[in-house]
Amino acid sequence: MTELKHYFAPTSLDQAVECLKDGDVTILAGGTDLTPQSQAGRIKIKHTLMNIRHIPQLTGITLEGREIRIGALATITEIMEHPLVREHLPVLVEACDHFASDQIRNAGTIGGNICNASPAGDTLIPLLVLDASVELASMPEAKLYRHSMPLSTFFVGPGKTRKSLCELVTGVRIPLPAPGHVARFFKLGTRPALDISTISIGVAGTLKDGVLSNARVAFGAVAPTPTRAAQTEQALEGQRLDAATIERVAAVARDEVKPIDDVRATAWYRKEMIHNITKRILSHVAQA
Amino acid sequence: MSLKHDIEFTLNGVKRHVSVDVTMNALAMLRDVIGLTGTKYGCGEGECGACTIQVDGVSLNSCLMFAVDCDGRNVTTIEGLANDSKADALRESFVEHGAVQCGFCTPGMIMQADHLLHKHPHADEACVKRGIEGNLCRCTGYKKIVDAIVAVDGA
Repeated sequence: MTELKHYFAPTSLDQAVECLKDGDVTILAGGTDLTPQSQAGRIKIKHTLMNIRHIPQLTGITLEGREIRIGALATITEIMEHPLVREHLPVLVEACDHFASDQIRNAGTIGGNICNASPAGDTLIPLLVLDASVELASMPEAKLYRHSMPLSTFFVGPGKTRKSLCELVTGVRIPLPAPGHVARFFKLGTRPALDISTISIGVAGTLKDGVLSNARVAFGAVAPTPTRAAQTEQALEGQRLDAATIERVAAVARDEVKPIDDVRATAWYRKEMIHNITKRILSHVAQA
Repeated sequence: MSLKHDIEFTLNGVKRHVSVDVTMNALAMLRDVIGLTGTKYGCGEGECGACTIQVDGVSLNSCLMFAVDCDGRNVTTIEGLANDSKADALRESFVEHGAVQCGFCTPGMIMQADHLLHKHPHADEACVKRGIEGNLCRCTGYKKIVDAIVAVDGA
């Protein structure tokens, strides 16, 4: 890896992806993670530092057909205050409300939260249960190439994603929830603000006559990536949410997760909390 | 040699041209390059809020911001509130309520409270407590700070 030689603040998406072609680029958006990590020497800035703040294609929150598109530069504050998000995606508002502090919410972007790929990333769990997909742009030849990928396949490890070094995340797309859609998020930590979650849980699905279909369950901070829980979803699919079902599903959830011991909690505690909070959330969903 | 970049931005209402190290954070630029030491270095990680400034009308941790990212933007520090009538009320309320002990967190508290009162002019206790979650004070136990902010009618 070479030393920092160049600072670049492109004003168009074409310029940005052109710059990314050689792959030796560190991307700066909100800076809330990159600044302290680079100052502490935990991240080495590559040949070019590219500030993407001035690219209009990365901004805005809009309804496009049956999808809500959130630009990669949308800050956590912008998302939690946006009328479209508040109306259609209250579970994302809930997660944003538990995100760090006001100062960090005002600077940190959703694109940054996605690209950091922290197992405990606060917006990632609701995005997973909302079937979000990630928009990517690159310039393999002389022309801009854009495609998207389900968020559920995007993460491969702590801080690692399927995004290549030549690609830029331009936004995230979330299908408009259907009538009867319910979604809940819970973040467990030691204090409400500025805490990295011990565990977090998202549950979503369509509730009709007490039966949950299209069940989605995602867990944070219990695996190397934020992750969908396939076995728990299967146990939940098409079930009536009575007390016996909820207890059974919570037990499946406890057995499915494989957390580690770290400074925030032991693996045993995390498994117990996955069980207890899954139970609590499902009881809330049943009453929705 | 560290890489330098020239930026131009508005600082407390005045246009500034500065040449900064590309890896420098905004807090270091304000204190060490420009010499405005009202903004404090507490933790350097966004946990304590002592370095809170306002950029384009919102509060940020200046330790979590690259100095080069100030380019073209409107930056206000605690020094910039010296001649602001709304901030006068806030400052007087801090004095009246004894909300300042050692004073180290005070510039950050005032910057965050000022932002909060612009957004929520009639902020109640719960709103103020949520609003200053990102600001640590090790002296007061927060009660006097919260009382001081609630007492200001920001309208």
